[in-house]
Amino acid sequence: MDAVAQLRSRTIVLPMVDIDTDQIIPARFLTTTSKDGLGRHLFAYWRFNADGSDNPDFVLNTPGSTGCQVLVAGNNFGCGSSREHAPWALLDYGIRAIISTAIADIFRSNSLKNGLLPIVVDEETHAWLIENPGAEVVIDVAASTLTLPDGRAVNYPIDSFARHCLLEGIDQLAYLQQHDEQIRNFEETRSWTP
Amino acid sequence: MSHSSPKTLFEKVWTDHLVKDETAATPAILYIDLHLIHEVTTPQAFALLREKGIAVRRPDLTLGTMDHSTPTTAFRSFKDLAVVSEGAANQIRQMQKNCDDFGLELHGFDSEFRGIVHIIGPELGATQPGKTIVCGDSHTSTHGAFGALAFGIGTTEVGHVLATQCLLQRKPRTLAINVSGQLQLGVTAKDVILAIIGQIGVDGGTAHVIEFRGDAIQAMDMEARMTVCNMSIEAGARAGMIAPDDQTIEYLSGRPRSPRGADWDAAVDRWRALPGDAEAVFDRSVDVDGTALQPMVTFGTNPGMVIPVNDPVPDANGNPGFRKALDYMQISPGKPLSDVALDVVFIGSCTNSRLSDLQQAAEILRGRKIAEGVRMLVVPGSQQVKRAAEKIGLDKVFKQAGAEWRESGCSMCIGMNGDTVPSGKLSVSTSNRNFEGRQGIGARTILASPMTAAASAIAGHVCDPRPYLEGQ
Repeated sequence: MDAVAQLRSRTIVLPMVDIDTDQIIPARFLTTTSKDGLGRHLFAYWRFNADGSDNPDFVLNTPGSTGCQVLVAGNNFGCGSSREHAPWALLDYGIRAIISTAIADIFRSNSLKNGLLPIVVDEETHAWLIENPGAEVVIDVAASTLTLPDGRAVNYPIDSFARHCLLEGIDQLAYLQQHDEQIRNFEETRSWTP
Repeated sequence: MSHSSPKTLFEKVWTDHLVKDETAATPAILYIDLHLIHEVTTPQAFALLREKGIAVRRPDLTLGTMDHSTPTTAFRSFKDLAVVSEGAANQIRQMQKNCDDFGLELHGFDSEFRGIVHIIGPELGATQPGKTIVCGDSHTSTHGAFGALAFGIGTTEVGHVLATQCLLQRKPRTLAINVSGQLQLGVTAKDVILAIIGQIGVDGGTAHVIEFRGDAIQAMDMEARMTVCNMSIEAGARAGMIAPDDQTIEYLSGRPRSPRGADWDAAVDRWRALPGDAEAVFDRSVDVDGTALQPMVTFGTNPGMVIPVNDPVPDANGNPGFRKALDYMQISPGKPLSDVALDVVFIGSCTNSRLSDLQQAAEILRGRKIAEGVRMLVVPGSQQVKRAAEKIGLDKVFKQAGAEWRESGCSMCIGMNGDTVPSGKLSVSTSNRNFEGRQGIGARTILASPMTAAASAIAGHVCDPRPYLEGQ
């Protein structure tokens, strides 16, 4: 995972609540053995018409969304399946951060392991962001702040270990492997064996 | 001392698996007792292991099957498989190769135990009380019915478990859901969990492990308990659990992977100590009156949009998400769902494809025909379920009613294998997700119990199963 320290971008807004991972990346695109190339199917049901042409009404197909790396979405983003293809698809498309009032557990965990920033903010900040698509925001990972165009910095919660891994680009597998001796000790001394 | 403080079921299992406890700076290192794997969420994890030259740490604690992108049409050998796409065929080949190369037990096409990953774990006796169980699949919560701590993980974490048998985890909060009273005839575990999700919402369990408690839960058999725990994730919960009891122990007795002899006795002693201490405190608690519950059906595009089967669809009341859902479903508020004609009925999925689910549907269908123009697919959860159902003639009941009887797999729940609902068509399904496009592009899904699905297939529209049960 590449280190992420700061992100400055305009926002794209998807106000719908409970956007599930089947909408982010439909199951029929999961018959892949790679992480790459999923961005072209991101939000496929909403982004494309039945004949495969672009749906001009969908926000990703509007001119203002080009180059935006921050997606502001309704409450409970990423609910549903555990597919890591959801953050892979968002990142492959170019999205680097999700802002919502709540983000589903497994999606959040998967996002942090790939350097996609899950940012949970208060309802007032969220409402302002929903009403002002295209706003330029700055996310500072070290300070755990989201700065709005008026200069107001909003703190967002993040697990300190996850923040450390993002800032240093740390591979969590390597961290686990460093505990090999403790894992072996656990296996050898536990009171029962599975 | 933490030893003396009363613990919930979850806290006992959590504490028992701490390789290293969490601190403010670092998450806990949690040991995993059983890692279930399938073809869709593992290829990228195995690729990483190959790239780094890492072996699977505990092949003996890893168990594989193929279920998501596998065909459900009859076949004789791998060569005959009608695999939906080259991608799916490649995934199936990769799974076989990965399990061969890394020395993992795989219930592939030559195994009599192949089936949906969450059906075969319990069936084999691999799912046991007090274990930590993970899988790259959100419905891993199913295994919590045995008093295991079981949850879905992403593919990066699949790699972590393959390599180290451990996961980095923050301790979740606890939520007690108490379901009291005797359920009415025709009200099943599926109706209970749909009603719970309707009550607490699709994010009502976020960051929590649910423990389902109360006499209505205790009265359920193991298969019904699995249905309840299966859909914990649809309330956003990290996991769902039920304390083990006599039924749990009886279910596991004599299964292929269950302990034997003195090991069995020791395991039973350990399992008996797992239920939460009487004084243990939950972070939150919700009460549900089981006696008031009715057969439930969804009307929208998430499992929380749910009503009793005969109720009118509620009005959007200016809620844009709600209105979008009704538009997608082409359903008008103010009328019951029985007004809308059905196209497809699906009985299957890790939620409702066990023998008792099929029996409940078959009892309603016996001697009857499904409505003209309705396609009905019955997909047993595993080859073992299929065989057991055929032994008591359920396949004939379904076929005589006009339904298709298939090989096991995830099938039309997720529509990855070619079993899909055509665009715009309305389906009543015993699966777990009614998300837009879940059963196929443009498919409209109503979630229901096997009884309600069977009654609806006969009627040709959403139908209360209770009249069919009278005189049974």
